[in-house]
Amino acid sequence: MSSTTRLQAALSDLKEGVCSIYIWPVLGWQEVKQRYRRSTLGPFWLTLSTGALIGGMGPLFGRLLNQDISSYFLYLASSFIVWLFLSGLITESCQAFISAEGYIKQTKLPLTVHVLRVIWRNLIMFAHNLLIVVIVMMFYAPSSTSFLWLFPIGVALIAINGLWCGMLLGLLCARFRDIPQIVTSLMQLALFLTPIFWKAEMLGRHQWAADWNPLFYFLEIARLPLLGTVPSAHTWFVVGLITILGYLLMLVFFVRFRARIAYWV
Amino acid sequence: MVQVIARNIVVDYPIYGAMSRSLKNTFIRTATGGLLARDASERIVVRALNDISFELAEGDRIGIVGHNGSGKSTLLRVIVGAYEPVNGSIMVVGKVSSMLSISLGMDLEATGYENIFLRGAIMGLKPREIESLVDEVIDFSELGDYINMPVRTYSSGMAMRLAFAISTRMSGDIILMDEWLSVGDAAFSEKAQHRLQAVLDQAKILVIASHNEELLRKNCNKLMRLEHGTIIDFKAV
Repeated sequence: MSSTTRLQAALSDLKEGVCSIYIWPVLGWQEVKQRYRRSTLGPFWLTLSTGALIGGMGPLFGRLLNQDISSYFLYLASSFIVWLFLSGLITESCQAFISAEGYIKQTKLPLTVHVLRVIWRNLIMFAHNLLIVVIVMMFYAPSSTSFLWLFPIGVALIAINGLWCGMLLGLLCARFRDIPQIVTSLMQLALFLTPIFWKAEMLGRHQWAADWNPLFYFLEIARLPLLGTVPSAHTWFVVGLITILGYLLMLVFFVRFRARIAYWV
Repeated sequence: MVQVIARNIVVDYPIYGAMSRSLKNTFIRTATGGLLARDASERIVVRALNDISFELAEGDRIGIVGHNGSGKSTLLRVIVGAYEPVNGSIMVVGKVSSMLSISLGMDLEATGYENIFLRGAIMGLKPREIESLVDEVIDFSELGDYINMPVRTYSSGMAMRLAFAISTRMSGDIILMDEWLSVGDAAFSEKAQHRLQAVLDQAKILVIASHNEELLRKNCNKLMRLEHGTIIDFKAV
């Protein structure tokens, strides 16, 4: 197959996948339902367990880090739920193609559908967790609510990046089955290395550790509007740059290996 | 015009994690299955289809016969478009309707009713289109009030009835089937066969893979015999 037809096939897979709006939302929602089927609270168990975690950690870390609880609580809640969204997207997209083996080997559904399904599922779970931030806001109001409109844009940017990241990870993990394990361990480590429980400025002269962490920027872009501030121009720039480079990188791999995925899963 | 044109199709399944040193020879013949071989990068591969060429035109009813592992299912999956051949090309003109796995995507925990929508979505139907055939599917499957119960409470026969009823609502120019579908008890089975026949009759091209040569001779006008991934015989019956 010539490289132009390969490129065309990859692009039409992406386009058709995104346009299959009657497939991936159904599959994504189905999986959420499946997970909580027959439990009384359903997906709100997620809200409850995340809420309990934040409720317990807030006072603890606030004390340990000498933070004013009135501002720290909201900081922790918004940081943590955005983090759960980020890490859920990354770790679960490792299985995007592997878990869709049946579909991939027997139907002609666009491969993109399977990654969008993962993103949609994580968006649904994120929406449930968001309830916690709303509750925390009732007790500890953010310094300003005038930038809340930026929040959906931040979330959308994360979801958009979830697509290239998911396609790339899904593909690599389908071929090399050690990668999901590596990604999971790295994400566990990243939970502590990313400013979620603590704040970037606490690093002092070691602030580079946050500055060179790409996850930090995605965290900032969604949580700062919740905390009443605007993400810096630098943050927007880095997120934009990663988006463009990420899609290019994904395309390089997807164009080359798209047809092989059915043989790998 | 509805047609399928395959030219020199080769399909190799890579085997990862196989002990490569136990396979000294480049091609090893086995009683069943494709040929085991090594590709350029020294990976072990199973050559499932080897240099397959054919042309199917409107009105063709193809029966594919062959041993286990002779490449029947692989060929069907190539026509569906799931597998892209390593070499050669395949051109399919017309809407392909696959009956390769009629219960793919069904969720045992969901109700029969929900599963109709789930299967429908996977088959590419819009919610409105599914809505319009729900009543007929429920009626045909004879599930009655069970339709609002989770599919896990069904007997395997009931679950198959539901899957069958949904999947046979799809129409396509080219219909693919892996083994003749037969579901349910005697009475239902007869009804199902009528419905299946009607669906198959409206197809412009039909491709069925089966071990049952007699059945294929009865329903097809051409027979393709596969052995070790190669067509050894392809003629009218």
